[in-house]
Amino acid sequence: MTRLVALLLALLALALPLSLLAGRVWIDPFDPQVRNAAVILTELRLPRALLALILGAGLGAAGAAMQGYLRNPLADPGLFGVAPAAALGAVLSIFFGISAGWALPLFALIGAGGAMALLGLIAGREGGIALFTLAGMMIASLAGALMTLAISLAPTPFAMSEIVTWLMGALADRSWREVWIAGPLTLAGLGFLALAARGLDALTLGEAAARSLGLEPRQMQALIILGIGLTVGASVAVAGIIGFVGLMVPHLVRPFTDRRPSSLLLPSALAGALLLLVADCLCRILPTVGELRLGIALSLVGAPFFLHLLLRLRKGLA
Amino acid sequence: MTLEAGILEARGLFMGRRLMNFSAVLRTGEVTAICGPNGAGKSTLLGCLAGLQPCSAGVVRLDGDPLPALPPRVRARALGYLPQSPEVAWDMTVEVLVGLGRLPWRGAPLHRSHASEAENAAAVEEAIAAMDLADLRRRPVSRLSGGERARALVARVLAGRPRWLLADEPLANLDLAHAATLVARLREQARAGAGVVLVLHDLATAMNHADRVLVLHGGKLAADGPPATALREDTIARVWGVQGRWLGERSEMALSVTGQGLTRL
Repeated sequence: MTRLVALLLALLALALPLSLLAGRVWIDPFDPQVRNAAVILTELRLPRALLALILGAGLGAAGAAMQGYLRNPLADPGLFGVAPAAALGAVLSIFFGISAGWALPLFALIGAGGAMALLGLIAGREGGIALFTLAGMMIASLAGALMTLAISLAPTPFAMSEIVTWLMGALADRSWREVWIAGPLTLAGLGFLALAARGLDALTLGEAAARSLGLEPRQMQALIILGIGLTVGASVAVAGIIGFVGLMVPHLVRPFTDRRPSSLLLPSALAGALLLLVADCLCRILPTVGELRLGIALSLVGAPFFLHLLLRLRKGLA
Repeated sequence: MTLEAGILEARGLFMGRRLMNFSAVLRTGEVTAICGPNGAGKSTLLGCLAGLQPCSAGVVRLDGDPLPALPPRVRARALGYLPQSPEVAWDMTVEVLVGLGRLPWRGAPLHRSHASEAENAAAVEEAIAAMDLADLRRRPVSRLSGGERARALVARVLAGRPRWLLADEPLANLDLAHAATLVARLREQARAGAGVVLVLHDLATAMNHADRVLVLHGGKLAADGPPATALREDTIARVWGVQGRWLGERSEMALSVTGQGLTRL
């Protein structure tokens, strides 16, 4: 386990400096002839790389926690409806033409917070997991419907295209402001997920056995709502919807752990950070006409991955 | 573990229509079997005794303390509970699975652990040895047979070194030999001073291996006592609607069903 963490840390230490050099304009550290190299590094590449690390860590850990909580390897943090609700908030801010500056992330966070409160209200009293999942799915589909409505009623074609583009998810043109929004929120979310770790271990044996081991379902649910809500909400607020990280990363990492959900959290956070950092670099340097959007790229990789997973599970069940 | 006898006392338990005015005092050192037809309230009762199921009325006391008043971790350390479902969501090795039984001792997040790592490891070793799992310790759960899996799950409970072991149908899905082995090991736990409470649907197992049998019928306590008294043929006819006769000697008794479909009054 610790060897895995060390390996991921080493890879991150290697990938981070490399990612700063890669892009439309390559920076050669031994030949600093590129104009504006310092500005490109500190104002464009560094915040973007840090954002990839922050969001990747949050999404990876949220996915691991989600799979542990629902005891389902196919669970994804998107299931809880927090991501669609946050996206709805952002879409509304574009819809009403108040997306400048801090307004868009703020609206997204309000959306995420609303979804978390709603989840708590619907499912919180009993702490049951089935009701919780259903409530999350309902919130997700409601938010999805409202987003489609907003797109169809968009006041101008420009607003419509802005909404659609934003929903695709990307880290391009992000600045230190986004780092300051996502950083503290993600860190807090990761803290809540770490507190939930032992409860997730107990849930391996089912809800009744977990309670007999001292798990308090309502407290557990509150930790999960806060942990996943903050990490996923922060990521959607600054980068739009970046899917599949939470699904893929825990899967890739799990075989190298002792399979306890608690020992999956940290490696998933590190691997998520690595995945997003590398994926964002690849998006940046691929010779496409416009820059490939990160959200699309990950979905293109993620969907076949999901299919592969389903086929493997089917083989296991047969 | 103290040698003083522990007491788990239920008084006036009600739980909807599944449990009506159930009272009993259970003691450590005994194997108590809870028997009854389907829907008699056996699992509900076990859940109440384990402090997992809130009762609409009545109270369960552990050595005098009402269960709902105990912090969940304190309760978890005293009462080991094995649910009927053999669920293990992730394909961990036997050793890691058994280690999950130590969770109540690891303390809440941000709190100090209540047991040292050495103690945790020793308890896991002891549980693995008690359930004869030493050869299987590195095997993933998915590659265990039904009997091995059942033993691993019992070991998970034992690893917490609970004073009480409450198990819901631990012998379901086990063949004859595995069931006999598991019962023998559970008996050893009782001899060593634990309180063992088992929901059993097989009356012969209860007859042969329990020290005491509680018979539930429609949520009410229909009989309570040593197996030979609680599982008399007329009680079986009244509660299960089956006419049967006990054959054989003590510890090798078999129920021979001679007539079925008695009308219940």
